[in-house]
Amino acid sequence: MFGLTVITRQEPPKWGSCLIFPAALALSLGVSCLLLAAQGKPALGGLIILFQGAFGASYAVVDTLLKTVPIFLCSLGVAVAFRMQVWNIGAEGQFALGAVGSTWAALTFPGLPAWLLLPLMFTSSAVLGGLWAMIPAWLKLKLSINEIVTTLMLNYIGILILDYLVYGPWKDPSSYGFPMTKEFPAAAIIPTFADSRLHWGMVLCVVCALLLWVFLTRTRLGYELKASGESLRAARYARMPHGFLVLLVMGLCGALAGWAGLMEASAVVGRLQPSLIVGYGYTAIVVAWLAQLNPGKIALASFFLAALRVGVENLQLELGVPAAFGGIIEGLILLSVLAGQFFNHYRFKRSAS
Amino acid sequence: MMTEMLIPLLTAAVQSGTPILFATLGEMFTERAGVLNLGVEGMMIVGALAAFLVSLATGNPWLGVLAAGCAAAALGALHGLVCLSFLGNQVVSGLALTILGVGLANYLGTPYIGKQAPGFYAFDLPFLSTLPFVGKIFFKHDALVYLSYVMPLAFWFFWHRTRTGLALTAAGEYPPAASAAGLNPVRLRWLGILGGGFLVGIGGAYLSLAYTHLWTNGMTAGRGWIAVALVIFAFWRPGRAVFGAYLFGGVMAFQLRLQASGTQVPSSFLLMLPYGLTIAALLFSALRGRGGSSSSAPAALGVNIEPEQ
Repeated sequence: MFGLTVITRQEPPKWGSCLIFPAALALSLGVSCLLLAAQGKPALGGLIILFQGAFGASYAVVDTLLKTVPIFLCSLGVAVAFRMQVWNIGAEGQFALGAVGSTWAALTFPGLPAWLLLPLMFTSSAVLGGLWAMIPAWLKLKLSINEIVTTLMLNYIGILILDYLVYGPWKDPSSYGFPMTKEFPAAAIIPTFADSRLHWGMVLCVVCALLLWVFLTRTRLGYELKASGESLRAARYARMPHGFLVLLVMGLCGALAGWAGLMEASAVVGRLQPSLIVGYGYTAIVVAWLAQLNPGKIALASFFLAALRVGVENLQLELGVPAAFGGIIEGLILLSVLAGQFFNHYRFKRSAS
Repeated sequence: MMTEMLIPLLTAAVQSGTPILFATLGEMFTERAGVLNLGVEGMMIVGALAAFLVSLATGNPWLGVLAAGCAAAALGALHGLVCLSFLGNQVVSGLALTILGVGLANYLGTPYIGKQAPGFYAFDLPFLSTLPFVGKIFFKHDALVYLSYVMPLAFWFFWHRTRTGLALTAAGEYPPAASAAGLNPVRLRWLGILGGGFLVGIGGAYLSLAYTHLWTNGMTAGRGWIAVALVIFAFWRPGRAVFGAYLFGGVMAFQLRLQASGTQVPSSFLLMLPYGLTIAALLFSALRGRGGSSSSAPAALGVNIEPEQ
């Protein structure tokens, strides 16, 4: 094509990630600006409003940090699964089930002290989210059913379960017909730092990431997990417990996404309601891939996409841009990064002819 | 008495199965060329919006259908660019396409929510519609449904009896063999993506121009994903796709009727039916597939064509 042939690189170039990502970002934001202009909105002005919204004030940065928490937790699990070539796109549903699990504990045992109730909530949301994720894992292992479709279908079903509960049995009778549960008892709220809105869930994020890092790099099981992602056949030959690993990884994914749901319900909103579901589970996929499935980079990428969400909220407020605008930017970034990674593995050479 | 209740339900099953049928055949077309495109949901909803906007502007729903096909194929071209030209991961690229497509349609469509556009209306096919039972179920629909009856046969003929169809299958089964035979597998895969995308777009057009005549955000409601599952359920064969699509259409129609009848069953549970059925359908085909023939998926599905050294 165009007198060029594609050559496979022996190793990725040094400039790889520091050039590909900014280029992809510039391209995506450029196209998004054109879309703003297409609806008669100021293109460059929109971009400025987006950045101001995300970084312009201290409360904006706090907003971004708050949104980083659920995206980071979901993405951590997704990245480990993707490493094993298990395509879990069900973080959204696992998030919903986790929120449901924690709400069950908070509403059933409102009298418990916080030191008992919070651990109970963490357990119930991890169990529910984890089990939800293990259904597709089990189906994949036993019947080799494609996990992409099943995890996605379980997203729809999980969100409908949440809907059923808040419209039905768990609905607060004094909510004037709004679909929401009663407010959580004070003991079920994750405490915040001093008088900021930042909560202790952020510390949990750091702990989870460290534990995961230790697990992946310092334990036998973690090593087997990585190996089994790189070559399934070699892993089988070495008698690694592939089936067990898939179940474990999916359970882990579900538990982490479930905790993300718990934090949104407990620390951010203080009750269960349908508006908790805003697509963090899908953003997590974008984040995992941007970070090249690397736990350290996930923190950075989560913060970045959280900032994007906050920025888009500001655009919504200032220019009346629909919330769907964020999806456009996310999709474009992911597509252009995917295309850009080509240059990590290949290069062009002028054909001899 | 029984038939009196059954006929309206089956008629509705055909109607709500038609967009799924178009999308399933489109994805099947792409997958048989060896490309896994998980962007169906995004392409379908972009098609639905393009159809709506063009029909609203021109007053001609057929132009709307054309626009839907082109818009969905154009979105699919991004998948082609990422996977065929830049050798990106097909699973992730498809997901990105869905995120982008849903965002794009909801962003551009928001000003049009609730507006009406000229669309397709049912008319009786002469003679055929007078047939007992079958006539009422199959031959009192709109033009797009009639078009969908021809598609599976046309595809069967295309895949098994034409040179291009066979070449396309080769690109999906074993690209090196296609190369050796003097074919260009990359170009064939482009054909698979664009052609399949066009059909997926028509499925979207059916939703906004025939199933309803108005625009609502998120109107595909997972139908694109159901289509991805149905391709597996149908073992990549067009005939079984028809059966699968009408089965889903039937469940959706049944669910709507039950809701309208004021049943005690909470609507959330009724809305779960198609999604639960999707998992059940995959379960069914997995159990069936284990007994007999080995996997009927194209052998090189989802595997990129690496450059020659």
